[in-house]
Amino acid sequence: MPSSRLVVALLTLIFSLPLQAVVAETPEQKGLAIAQEVDRRDKGWGDESVNVTMVLRNAHGQESVRKNRMKTLEVEGDGDKTLIIFDSPRDIAGTAFLTYSHATRPDEQWMYLPALKRVKRISSSNKSGPFLGSEFSYEDISSQEVDKYRYKYLRDEVLDGREAFVSEYYPNYKHSGYTRQVVWTDKERYRPLRIDFYDRKNTLLKTLTYKNYTQYLGKYWRPSGLEMVNHQTGKSTTLDWDGYRFQTGLGPRDFDRNSLKRAR
Amino acid sequence: MTRQRTFLLRRAALWLLLSATVLPAQAVEWRGYIATEGRYFFDRSSDTRQHDGNLSYSVSPEMYVEWDAGRQSFLFTPFARLDQNDEARTHADIRELTWLYIADEWELRAGVRQLFWGVTESQHLVDIINQTDLVEDPDGEAKLGQPMVNLALIREWGTLDFFVLPYARERTYPGVEGRLRTQPYIDTDQPRYESDKKEKHVDYAVRWAHSVDVFDVGISHFYGTSRDPLFELGQRNGEPVLLPFYEIIHQSGLDLQATLDAWLWKLEAIHRSSATQRYSAATAGFEYTLYGVFDSVFDVGLLYEYLYDSRADEALTPFADDSMVGTRIAFNDEASTELLVGLFVDHAGEGMALNIEASRRVGERWKLNIRGRGYFDLPPQSLVYGFRKDDYLQAEVQYFF
Repeated sequence: MPSSRLVVALLTLIFSLPLQAVVAETPEQKGLAIAQEVDRRDKGWGDESVNVTMVLRNAHGQESVRKNRMKTLEVEGDGDKTLIIFDSPRDIAGTAFLTYSHATRPDEQWMYLPALKRVKRISSSNKSGPFLGSEFSYEDISSQEVDKYRYKYLRDEVLDGREAFVSEYYPNYKHSGYTRQVVWTDKERYRPLRIDFYDRKNTLLKTLTYKNYTQYLGKYWRPSGLEMVNHQTGKSTTLDWDGYRFQTGLGPRDFDRNSLKRAR
Repeated sequence: MTRQRTFLLRRAALWLLLSATVLPAQAVEWRGYIATEGRYFFDRSSDTRQHDGNLSYSVSPEMYVEWDAGRQSFLFTPFARLDQNDEARTHADIRELTWLYIADEWELRAGVRQLFWGVTESQHLVDIINQTDLVEDPDGEAKLGQPMVNLALIREWGTLDFFVLPYARERTYPGVEGRLRTQPYIDTDQPRYESDKKEKHVDYAVRWAHSVDVFDVGISHFYGTSRDPLFELGQRNGEPVLLPFYEIIHQSGLDLQATLDAWLWKLEAIHRSSATQRYSAATAGFEYTLYGVFDSVFDVGLLYEYLYDSRADEALTPFADDSMVGTRIAFNDEASTELLVGLFVDHAGEGMALNIEASRRVGERWKLNIRGRGYFDLPPQSLVYGFRKDDYLQAEVQYFF
């Protein structure tokens, strides 16, 4: 995109936002505007690497731990590219998972199986299935794009001392396990604080809570932990994120099928 | 076998020496597994030298180190198995011993490697670089390390791989006391080659692979020592044996997958020519997955593949006109429990084969693998007639470190 067009687009955004606040808008318009602002404020980080520790707890409190590393490349005008490399449990160490996410057409996904040295293109229509036996489904961990949902603003609410917008998200893509998500968005930082997931029968299924946001590069807010509780089974999964690194010079070559085979 | 082993061991020693002097002091990563396996055969063999039960132990550590800001790395993966009864199954191999250099538009690899080409599940026609380590498993998915130099060009239009393969590995076969073998057995101590250079004939391969939208495609060509031997009748200590004969072949291959929603449509096709034969073979089919079937967390995959070989009855494969129907069930639990069941049916009335594979993680570091295989209604002209009494159940426990 020529830089002059970029400047015009940014100026339009900057001037249109306060205007929209004045002009009466529908709950749908306001919900979309909030989601667009969340998206806009999180642009420009380039690439990101983070270590993830996943702890699965069943209803009896028994735990099992999975560790992986996640690298993400921001793609302008399309969904992000993500590479996840598993370190534990040890039997799946070296298994890697590459996703090219797209807003409107299906994501492209490949998996590398180190025991067979085989790269497999896999179906991305598995949205609602559990990711590694956890309470997170594939759609929960996939890259969030504005066009993936329709929106409806519900109300303002204070959550744990922070002013928040509460909106409903309706999935625009096929095979979602949810009829809707209720999302609490921090008014100051424009980051999610909590999400309630409603299953296909519109019953409350899960609650996701974001913990301890820290700001990186003076701009981008990232949580240090996520907790997903399944209200129907009593199981829960926590994700601890540590060692965030941004703009380390990762490029498309670190997210291609060749890189999958040598991911460590 | 002994020659080959010495060659590889010498090569490994040289590499280790080199790496010890060249590699900077870097964090070396170790991982791998040790495993114990037991097999039980339901029927007594007609050859009294074979056994009804078998214990076996295997180990495969993996050493990895990278330097030069990740642009260079070294990987070493030896493998060894100790078998209670079958001398041919007691074997060691270097699965990987590779130096890798990564640049923006190319990657260079030198050493011993394993790699995989293809998309289908029932057989792997296109996958020709690595020799099959058949003593490991009759399904042929275990492979021996292949010495090579490989340059990959990585561009907008796909990945173009060039291979120089200076040494061909012989296929491993169960020995006289091993089950799951032909009768007469295959004598691997007397291999024959079309080339005067024998296993030192230099082979070449090239492959282009690309991914466009829903399609993943690969086109390849191989020239050199066939990985599938023909057989000649020979003798050992007055007993008839089969002697492997390795021809020089040309093989062109195509592999294609279309990923459409929950459907994976798959095709592999090859054309092979040698001094004695020209033929085509193909595998085509699909895998369709029902995610979260009946509102559960289970995924149920349904597989169908048709296996074709233009040589029909003359084919040196049991899969000349066969169908494979199967199901893959993922329980999606904490233990990653999985079950795969496949049934091969020969349309020329040459019997059926059943394959069951199940696995489950136990704790954080252990894994249990169960395999069962059964062979039914095999007529005497079948290539796997020697397997007719070899229905078996296998349990393996792996510990990962």
